[in-house]
Formats: sequence, C-alpha cells, structure tokens
Amino acid sequence: MFPAAFDYIAPGALDEVLSLLGQHGDDAKVLAGGQSLIPLLKLRFAAPVIVIDIGRVDGLEGISRENGHVRIGARTRHRDVESATDLRGTLDVLLDAAPLISDPLIRNMGTVGGSICHADPAGDWGAVMLAVGAEFVVKSAGEERVLPAAGFFQGPFTTGLQSNEVMTEIRIPVGSGKSGGTYLKLERKVGDFASVAAAVHIVLGGDGRVASAGIGLCAVGAHSIKATAAEAALVGQEPTDDVIAAAARLAGDAAEPKADIRGSAEYKRDVARVFVQRGLHTAIDRAQGAAA
Amino acid sequence: MAVETAEATEAARQAMGGIGVSLARKEDARFIHGQGHYVDDVVLPGMLHMVIVRSPHAHARIKGIDSTAAMAIPGVVAVVTGELLAQHKLAWMPTLSGDTQAVLATDKVRFQGQEVACVIAETKYIAEDAAALVSVDYEPLQAITSPQQAIAPGAIVIRDEKEGQTDNKIYHWEAGDKDATDAAFARAAKVVSLETFYPRCHPAPLETCGCVADLDPVTGNATIYMTSQAPHAHRTLFAIVAGLPEEKIRIISPDLGGGFGNKVPIYPGYVVATAASLLIGRPVKWIEDRTDNLISTGFARDYYMDGSVAIDENGKFIGLRVNLLSDNGAFFADAQPSKFKAGLFHIVTGSYDIPAAHIVANGAYTNKAPGGVAYRCSFRVTEASYFIERLVESAAVELGQDPVTIRLNNFIQPEAFPYQSASGFEYDSGDYPRAMQVALDMLGYDELRKEQAEKRAKGELMGIGVASFTEVVGAGKGKDYDIAGLRMFDSAELRVHPTGKAILKLGVKSQGQGHETTFAQIVAEELGIPASDVEVREGDTDNTPFGLGTYASRSTPVGGAATAMVSRKLRDKGKLIAAHLFEADVADIEFARGKYNVKGSPDNVKTIQDIAFAAYTNLPDGLEAGLEGVTYYDPPNMTYPFGTYLVVVDIDKGTGQVKVRRVVAVDDCGVRINPMIVEGQIHGGLTEGFAIAFMELITFDDEGNCIGSNFMDYLIPTAWETPRFELGQTVTPSPHHPIGAKGIGESATVGSPAAFVNAVIDALSHLGITNIDMPLTSDKVWAALRSKGVTE
Repeated sequence: MFPAAFDYIAPGALDEVLSLLGQHGDDAKVLAGGQSLIPLLKLRFAAPVIVIDIGRVDGLEGISRENGHVRIGARTRHRDVESATDLRGTLDVLLDAAPLISDPLIRNMGTVGGSICHADPAGDWGAVMLAVGAEFVVKSAGEERVLPAAGFFQGPFTTGLQSNEVMTEIRIPVGSGKSGGTYLKLERKVGDFASVAAAVHIVLGGDGRVASAGIGLCAVGAHSIKATAAEAALVGQEPTDDVIAAAARLAGDAAEPKADIRGSAEYKRDVARVFVQRGLHTAIDRAQGAAA
Repeated sequence: MAVETAEATEAARQAMGGIGVSLARKEDARFIHGQGHYVDDVVLPGMLHMVIVRSPHAHARIKGIDSTAAMAIPGVVAVVTGELLAQHKLAWMPTLSGDTQAVLATDKVRFQGQEVACVIAETKYIAEDAAALVSVDYEPLQAITSPQQAIAPGAIVIRDEKEGQTDNKIYHWEAGDKDATDAAFARAAKVVSLETFYPRCHPAPLETCGCVADLDPVTGNATIYMTSQAPHAHRTLFAIVAGLPEEKIRIISPDLGGGFGNKVPIYPGYVVATAASLLIGRPVKWIEDRTDNLISTGFARDYYMDGSVAIDENGKFIGLRVNLLSDNGAFFADAQPSKFKAGLFHIVTGSYDIPAAHIVANGAYTNKAPGGVAYRCSFRVTEASYFIERLVESAAVELGQDPVTIRLNNFIQPEAFPYQSASGFEYDSGDYPRAMQVALDMLGYDELRKEQAEKRAKGELMGIGVASFTEVVGAGKGKDYDIAGLRMFDSAELRVHPTGKAILKLGVKSQGQGHETTFAQIVAEELGIPASDVEVREGDTDNTPFGLGTYASRSTPVGGAATAMVSRKLRDKGKLIAAHLFEADVADIEFARGKYNVKGSPDNVKTIQDIAFAAYTNLPDGLEAGLEGVTYYDPPNMTYPFGTYLVVVDIDKGTGQVKVRRVVAVDDCGVRINPMIVEGQIHGGLTEGFAIAFMELITFDDEGNCIGSNFMDYLIPTAWETPRFELGQTVTPSPHHPIGAKGIGESATVGSPAAFVNAVIDALSHLGITNIDMPLTSDKVWAALRSKGVTE
C-alpha cells in the first residue's frame, strides 16, 4: 500500500489546471476527493507521472437552481447532495442515492464529478445521472463542451471525457410536472459498491399519465446503463401495476451483468427487474403525492 | 441497618474489584487515548524495512530469480532469496503440525501469495519500489483448488519435494468406535444425513502480522518485537528453527490489535527478518499489508463434512457418523495439539447423549495458503459444533419435530455430568435444558412460531434458528495436549511489594481480551489486594514465566487457574506471617477478603497490606523474606462452556437478502469474573459468527487466484449491519477449575453460525430447501428460492 513516486501540483486556478492537462495528457490524473484515485495509487494500479489536485480551484462546488436546471458543481461532495433536502420532490433520486454511497467518511470527501468521471460501472452517480437526463459541462484549454449523460459512459472507467478535459459542472433539467424518484441498491455491507442498483425518475403529466421516465442501472454491465426500452414503455401510459411490471421486465432485459462473487448474471438481472419494479411504484406514489 | 450493611458490603466488593464486578477495563485508557504500543510503533536506530515478493501463481516452478534491477535502486540493502536461505539451512521450517513449510520458495511456488524473495531497504517506499523489480521466471503448473481434486487419482503432486509423498494426501485420522456405531445404525428406525461445507474464512485481525528483529552482532542478543499470541512458545521454536541460543532470544509481544488465532503460527516473514538482521547487523522491520495478511497467513475452516445420525423409534439419537475432508493448503501448518490431526473436531457429538460415534478425517494438500488456525475457536470445535447443530436441524425437519423438542429429547441431562462422550471427552459440567429454557423465555419462542405460521400463510418468509452448542476449551492437560511437544500448561508469577501493591506476570498474552483487568480481579478475589493495585504484565519473555499463550479460550481456564493458585500460595504464606504478628498458632489464623485474624477475634485484623509489609520488615525466624511465588498450572481436564442461541430472520423474496431481526444468546461459561468483559467477548464472538454465516469468505478461482484479498472483497461487518444482541446467562461452575470459570472468548463464534443458518433454513424448509452453505449471501438464498419457483 505504498504508491510509486509521482509529482503533485495543486493549482489555484482552473486555467492552470487545463494548461497542465494539455501539457501532460494521459500522464496526468486529476485529484478531486481522492476516494478512488488514492487507493488506486496505493495499490499501484495507477502510476501517473503527475497528480493535479483541483482542490484549490474556486467555483467548482455547490448546488443551485437556474433556468430550469439544477446545477451541481463537479467538485461538490456526496455529503452536500445528501444534505440538499430542498431537492426533495424535484430530484428524489439524488437524495435517495447520496446516503447509499459508501460510508460517511467517503461521502465527506468524495465528489460527484469525480465519481462520474471515474466511471466505475458500479459507481452510483452514473445510473442516477442517466435517469435524470443530466448534462455534463467539460472544459479544456480554450474549449467548453456540454455532453449528455446518455452516451457519456462508454465502458469500465471509460467516458467521453478527453485526457485534456476536466468536468466543471453537472446540469439536471427540472420540468414543471409532478415528479418522483428513488434509488435502490443491493450491497453486501455498508461501504460496498453496488452488486446491483437502479435509479428511477418519473414525471407525471396533468392527466396522471407518465410524461417522462428515466431508468438507470448500476453494476449490471460494462458501464452505467440507461434502460431506454423500459422508459419508452412507460411514457404516455397510465402507471398501472401491469405497465410497471412490464417496464421492469424490459429494464431487467437491458441489464448485461456478468457472474462474479456477488452472484450469477441471472440473479443480478432479476434483482434489477425487482428494483425497477419497486422503484417505479415508489416514484409514482411520490409523484402522485407531489405538488405540480 | 440491614440495608446499610448490604450497601456497605456491596461498596466494599466494588472497591476490591473481585470476581463478579464489572470493573472498567484498566487497559482501555491507553487504547482510547491512542497510546497503545504496537509492533509497528517500534522504531529503532538504523532500522531497515523489509517487503516480501510474493508469487502471483498458485502453482509454478521457479526457473530463476533476477534481483539485479532491484539491487540497483539506491537504498536497497539486500534481496534475500530461498537460495540464500538454503545456504544457512533456513529455506524450509517445521510447522506446528509436524510438516515442513517453505520460508522462501526454492523449487516451486505452491500457493498464490507464497513468499519468494524479500527486499530489505532503508525505507518502506524504496523496498516496495524494488520489490516490483525483482524478476521471477515462473513455469506455471496446474493449480489444485479443492481437496476433492487433490485426492483424485492422477492429480499433480503438490509436495513433490517430500520424500515418499506420491499423492496429495496428508493424514487419515479416526475417533470413536466404528463397530458400535455400525451396530447403532443397523438398529436405527430413522437415519438423517447432511452434507455441508464450512468454507475458508480468515481471522483478519485489524492489526496485521509483523515484527522488528533486532540482533546485536556484538552481544548476540536477539530481541524480536513480534505480533505473537504465544511469545514463549515462539521463543523456543525460534531457538529450534533458527538455531539461536534460547537464552539470547527475547520475544516482546506488545499490544496486539486482535489475533483470533492468526498470530499463533510462525510465518516466513518473521524468520527472514530475523535472519536478515543477523546477516546485516541492523534491525529489520517487517509489517504485512492487508493483502499480505489475507492471502498468506493462517486461514480458518475449509472443512467438507458429511454425516448421519441414527435415531431410534422414540426419537433418541443412538449413533453418529461423520466424514470430513479438510483442505489444508500447500503445507500442513495447522496450529493444533500434536496428537490430533483434525484438532478437537471429535467433540462433534455436541450437547447430545449419543452412545456411539465414529469420526473419519482426511486431509489434503491444495494450492492454497497454509496454516489452518482456530479462528476464535478451540481447534476445530467450531466446525464440529456447526455440523452437529445443522444435522440436528435436518433431523427435526425430517421427523417433523420442533427443533427445540428434538434437542430437549436428546440433551445430555444435568445429572449425567461428568459425562463420558462416545468420542473420548469427559464433559465437566452442564445444564443444557436450563440454558435452552432461559433462551426460549427471553425470545418469546411460542409467539414467534405463531407469527411465522401467519406469515407463511401470506407467502412471507420468516425463520427461527436454534443452536445449543457445547465447546471444549482450555487445553491441556499437558500429558494429552501439547504444541510442538510443549505441554499445554500455563503460568502465573505474583509479586507483592512491601506497600501491598502487586505485579502479576503471565504466560498468556492478551490480544484485546482484557487480561490486565480480569486477572487482577482474580488476585483481588483470592488475596484481597484491590484489583486497581495489581499490575498485569504479559508478552515479554524476559520478564514473564513460560506459558503456551492465548488461544483456544485457554487464558482463564489455565492462566486464570494459575493466577488463583499462586494467590493462594501467597495467602498461605501470609498466614505464617500473620501468626507471627498475632503471636498465635498458624492453625488458628483465618483469612477472608484480604484480612487475617485469629479464630474468635474477628475484629482484630491484619490486612494483606500489613502482611506484605511484614514480609519484608518483620518476619518470623526461619521464614524466607518476600511475598512472591510462581505457579505452573496443568489443568486436570478441559472445560466445556455451553449455551443456546436463538435467531430470528426475515427474508426478502425478491433479492434473497436476509435480515436478522433478533439474536438471543444465553451463555454458560461457569463463573463470570468480569461480567462486562464477558459480555463484550460474547458481542465480539456473535459479530464474527454473524460475519462467517453471512459475509466472510476466502475463495479461489480455477487458477488458484485468491478472491478475498482485501477488505473490499473480504467482508467484515460494521456496526451498521451487525444485529442487536440480547444476552442471557446461566452459571454452572466448572468443578475442577479453582474458581469455577470455563472461558468465554470463543463460545459465540463457535455456537452462532449454526443458529444463523438454521434460522434461514427454518424459513425455507417448507419449500423443500434443506441446506445452503455459508456464507448465506443474498444470491445463494435467491438461487435456492428460484429453484423452488419462488419469485417476486
């Protein structure tokens, strides 16, 4: 548990971070909360030439609402989402997911953007961001891009982020309908990564039918999965038990799990189905109880 | 007035801190303040750091080792290989089970994580960098990852270096009476069988193993700070293994961050660090990281067990047959008494009066880490207790009986003690029905059975698990039980200073059990010196009497008995001094609670403090000065703690998750010295029992890669998932122990896994599910449900 030697720099300005990233590319790793990177360094699974600590860069933290979006600074800690109780009723799924991330020590240090960029297939935020239709603001020297969550996760620890880019912000669209959501996670013990998890976010129209549906699956594939067929099966429908059960089956079909010490592929797929079914019931109950 | 007197007596009892007082632990102040002193806190001038290069393969031939690149790094002092050790006849060492184990591999590696080379450098960082550069040329061989595979005809021979070893079999061992057992089965009305696997797990103490070896090239003194549960035994073994003169060796085992059996064996790291310090002439520190500890040091269990119970027409057990196949890893390095190849597994008749039993045990080499240790248990009693309690559950299901009823019908009855078991043990004392009844009352058993029936009617899954275990702990006697020839007695040396304060030195070694408090309380009880005035010292071989150490719940049964006996010796000497001070006849001197008086004059007393002062200042003619003594205690028998554990679970049909709703644990460990410490021990044991039942697993893939090599994969429970425990007690003193105590450190780890598993099986047995092997992870429970068509 002793890392290989590396250079460390903690710039005070984003421009400097971007310039260093442009200069070092794949030889550099960005350090935000460090809850994934530092273990990787200590296990010598990662041996970057330089570690760029963005902890001293201003303007990367905080949660705010503007222009129909909730904006989350990329370096916002999991703990800050957990305590953003004013998101209840709007983005229930974020509030339900945050306290299930690892343990309190890690939530105090780990960051939302760091977790998304790390793109562990068993990381919790990926599924949540797919469910809520988030967009990611990423910057490089001289350029800013906005990437939709759908398509961002490309494989284990692989995303649409380029080696010269850093994520600065997460934007989540919030509409005017009645919404509800939740996050269900199967873990072997507290602090464990998910064996299976599902994020659900539903908006109901004035007619009580599903106006939009977002379903993200965690730890059941090479990356976080958006269960698009299940989502489509809900939109425009009255959310009856049968409709929900059918959508949940489609979500289970969307899972591409591999057997491992946590269980068989069949098991994980079925838990994904069960979680989506339970999650949809909760989300719809909440949406029906919510103010428009 | 009577009330005041009772209060005064109670106040005096609390102030004395004798037996039965829940004295706050004397050692806790330093632990809570972060002032404990562990091996890794030892920093010596000129100290070097050692890192072990380990095998990535489970089975491979070593074709060459190139350490040129590693040696080229500035700050690297040496790279030690097996070849170098072989020049000093140290490449192999004896194990505690009479086998040999490679210190550093010379010919082959035989498990993933095996020690291949050691880098010694000025800093740990340099040593780690260099270790990554030691280049080993391996020719991979087929890995054997189960004992069934190992003993199959034609299997590749793992221990091909052993003369005469042509297969992977290690031992064949039997206990009990085959003919009597066969006869019992021949007349049985019913035979119930169970095949089950107790998987490999690991003690995983939070402090890993390590040492600082400091061999002085001028004096030849060897001081070894070491994570050792048995420092005296280790000193002797060092003398034998390394050929060092024993009088020059000083083992210091400072505060230990848990042991649970993991710190009983001698590991290659200790040997190499010691040899390196000798060769280099500087202190060498070696501290395992978590993965080192989990993949290479003493594991636990890994027993495949199948057996049957013969039952007569009245539902009485009349015979028991058990076959076991043990996976001992690459070297037979189990830590156990030398006469017993499968530890004390033959206690498998458990709490039941079974007149005939036959146990057949076979061991096999595999390409896995060696060193089967008793993880918080007494030499395989855990596996035995698990098997019989699971088999009795199966019998209850097959006979359609309540699991409580079948147990009550077959318990050894209280009047039957001392009880001679069919497999050769003499149970000292017990009252099993009473412990069962206390547990049933605490739980509200009948109500919960009603709730279960209602739930079942609605398709909900709830189970109640029962386990009534009997342990066997506190080895020896020395004639029958020894570790590598060293008889399993233990020792206590007590010195009372002139001011009446005392030092108690022990041959056992606490790893968190609270010895500094418990043993002081025994002195307080026996000699009347307040526990707060008794300083307990352990772990330094230069300053404590020889003992076999702490494991197998033997500290209180053996070390505790030694403490009581040495206190009584001093009490008797005190009578001689008291007689002198009173100018009375010794025969007329009475002693109670630290006070001596002449018969008939209870108000004129000399305190033990007065006597201690006189022992150095005012002695009768002809009496040796001082008030000190030493006792080596060889127990006449082992002790047999017991109890009943009841567990209630609810199962989620959709995910297979088991939620433990309640745990009631009624323990009888004889007389409780410090009830709070006893309860703490039970809490710890129940937590580990829960963990073994549901989470902890060391497993391997087909290539022999260890899965469970860090705390992300090897799951130990936190407070979050650990259930709440409800404790109860009965007290049946041990008739042969000086204070009637039996030992409690391991009861809950031994007894509880079967209770947890039985609860899950109880929830599922109506579906036709009769066994799931531990750990009962949600995916296994789900698969069992799915196999019966149950789904959400």
